Amino acid sequence: MISALPERSVHLERAIRVRRTLTNHLVTGLAVLSTAIVLVPLVAILGYLIYKGASSLNLAFFTKIPAPVGETGGGMANAIVGSGIILAVASAIGIPLGIAGGVYLAEYGRGGLLGNLIRFTADVLNGVPSIVMGIAAYGLIVVHFKFSALAGGVALAIMMVPTITRTTEEMLATVPHMLREAALGLGIPKWRTILSVSLRTAMPGIITGCMLAFARVAGETAPLLFTAFGNNFWSFSLTQPIAALPLQIYVYALSPYDEWHRLAWAGALVLIALIMVSVTLVRLYANRGVIKGGH
Amino acid sequence: MTQPNPVTLPTPTVAPAGKTPEQPPPDASKPIQPSEIRKFLQERSSGRVVDGSFGGLMLVSALSIFVIVALILWVLVHDSQASIHAFGWRFFKTSNWDPVNGSFGALPFIYGTLVSSFLALLMAVPLSLCVAIFVIDICPPMLRGVIAYLTELLAAIPSVVYGLWALVVLVPIMRDHVGPVLERWFGWTGLFAEPNFGVNMFTASVVLAIMIFPIICSISRDVMKAVPIHQREAALALGATRWEMLRIAVLRNARIGIVGAVILGLGRALGETIAVTMVIGNHPDIVKNLFNPAYTLASVIANEFTEATGDLYISALIEIGLALFLVTIVVNAIARLLVWAVTRGSSTRTA
Repeated sequence: MISALPERSVHLERAIRVRRTLTNHLVTGLAVLSTAIVLVPLVAILGYLIYKGASSLNLAFFTKIPAPVGETGGGMANAIVGSGIILAVASAIGIPLGIAGGVYLAEYGRGGLLGNLIRFTADVLNGVPSIVMGIAAYGLIVVHFKFSALAGGVALAIMMVPTITRTTEEMLATVPHMLREAALGLGIPKWRTILSVSLRTAMPGIITGCMLAFARVAGETAPLLFTAFGNNFWSFSLTQPIAALPLQIYVYALSPYDEWHRLAWAGALVLIALIMVSVTLVRLYANRGVIKGGH
Repeated sequence: MTQPNPVTLPTPTVAPAGKTPEQPPPDASKPIQPSEIRKFLQERSSGRVVDGSFGGLMLVSALSIFVIVALILWVLVHDSQASIHAFGWRFFKTSNWDPVNGSFGALPFIYGTLVSSFLALLMAVPLSLCVAIFVIDICPPMLRGVIAYLTELLAAIPSVVYGLWALVVLVPIMRDHVGPVLERWFGWTGLFAEPNFGVNMFTASVVLAIMIFPIICSISRDVMKAVPIHQREAALALGATRWEMLRIAVLRNARIGIVGAVILGLGRALGETIAVTMVIGNHPDIVKNLFNPAYTLASVIANEFTEATGDLYISALIEIGLALFLVTIVVNAIARLLVWAVTRGSSTRTA
């Protein structure tokens, strides 16, 4: 009963209310402001990238190999193809292994100690720096053979496995149990149930997970520095040093030549376009599919 | 529900389900004819072998994660033996990095990694939390999807592109505009002293902050979302303003998970390589001045590994990699445990 309170208390009450409202507005304003601040670098990076990249992009970029120092022109055709080869190797190893691991976690190892341990290890492995994967692949493969596309692919595959395992598991966990029970009730063996019912139902989400892992490793430079090594010429062999788009961008960005800077920007635009198109497509696809991926 | 089924499996020729009660009861004197489906299933070999081997294959694939970790650890320990034997613990206590004379100490890199990561957290954490709060409670639902999408885009930009942008755009801004201002206002602290070439510890921290923002923001958002809705409602019903509700209901309940998110961001910052290598200046110094070029554990590997001559040099670099591996494993393990403690039950996305 405010009317029953003494005069001073009413003032105090009002002062407190004003302070609380002000604090509330202040925090709200702060939150809005920080969102705006955070969006600035994103817009700046994308804007500058498109501006610089688009003005440097030409047909030669997609058809020519790098020109020798001092000559203008040249492109990154070999790096684009090289990235494709390395990523194909990485996907061929990483995607089946990751999905199978996810199937184990979701269908066999749910709640068990081993399952939890694998889950935890996958999460921790996910946070290991990519440069460490590079040295590991160097020590495991390059030391015994040589710099090669295969070594680069293995380094990237190691990075894909934990991500894909965890997303596959999460997606399978969203498949209703009734579907599995219905299949098992019809006398279908477990492996068929998993392949034709669980995996099939969760497929859009699993594809999303695979594409996100793919997009993440597609831009990785650090693990390729001492595995794929880079190459200024065409190479289609798995056992030879090979060029890769991120690697080429890195080398060109640090070079003192304007012409190479120009190519680095064009390469960055192509790389980011590839990644963003795949991520966006996958998002659309997953939102349309049976199971919604992520949030 | 283990009652015996009196009706055999319906063959494809049986009348529609509605007529089931009218079916003649099974004749006890005559053996029941197996249905078509049962015959089909009996003709096939037992599924046990296939089932078992499928399960085994899945288990082996899942165990490959342990194999990967064990292999990485083994190869790093094995290849860094020369350096471990030559220097022992001294390796992490001395600051003399002199490849020519074969003397290696990793202290400047440890210092660079810790300081750059700490500064990045200092900048990124308040911003991330504010944005997470904004997305969860303040912004209109229409904008929510857009901001989540933009955050994801920010996370999808490759490290080398951040590096390129930082080198060409951010470094001149830092050198010509931000640097002088900081020096005028905060020069007395000794943290910001000329000469400032733009490629330095401070610029690297800013780039790192931009790069770890998405992970901290999205995970703390997930954690805040996991707070039960009636906690918020209870706070609001008691007359709390929005900020008070956030403070007593959301932030308090989610604090462990938020700490986890911050530590995950720390793990990312500790290991970030390419973008940092491009802007930190790559000079092994331990000085207070943030405008001085520095070096981190990850960037010394990236920068010197391919040019390293001599077994001891390579071995020393691999030992740095081993240290980085162990530290990030510990940091990530702690962070994951904290995040799990909060979001157990509700699904979290792996970062």
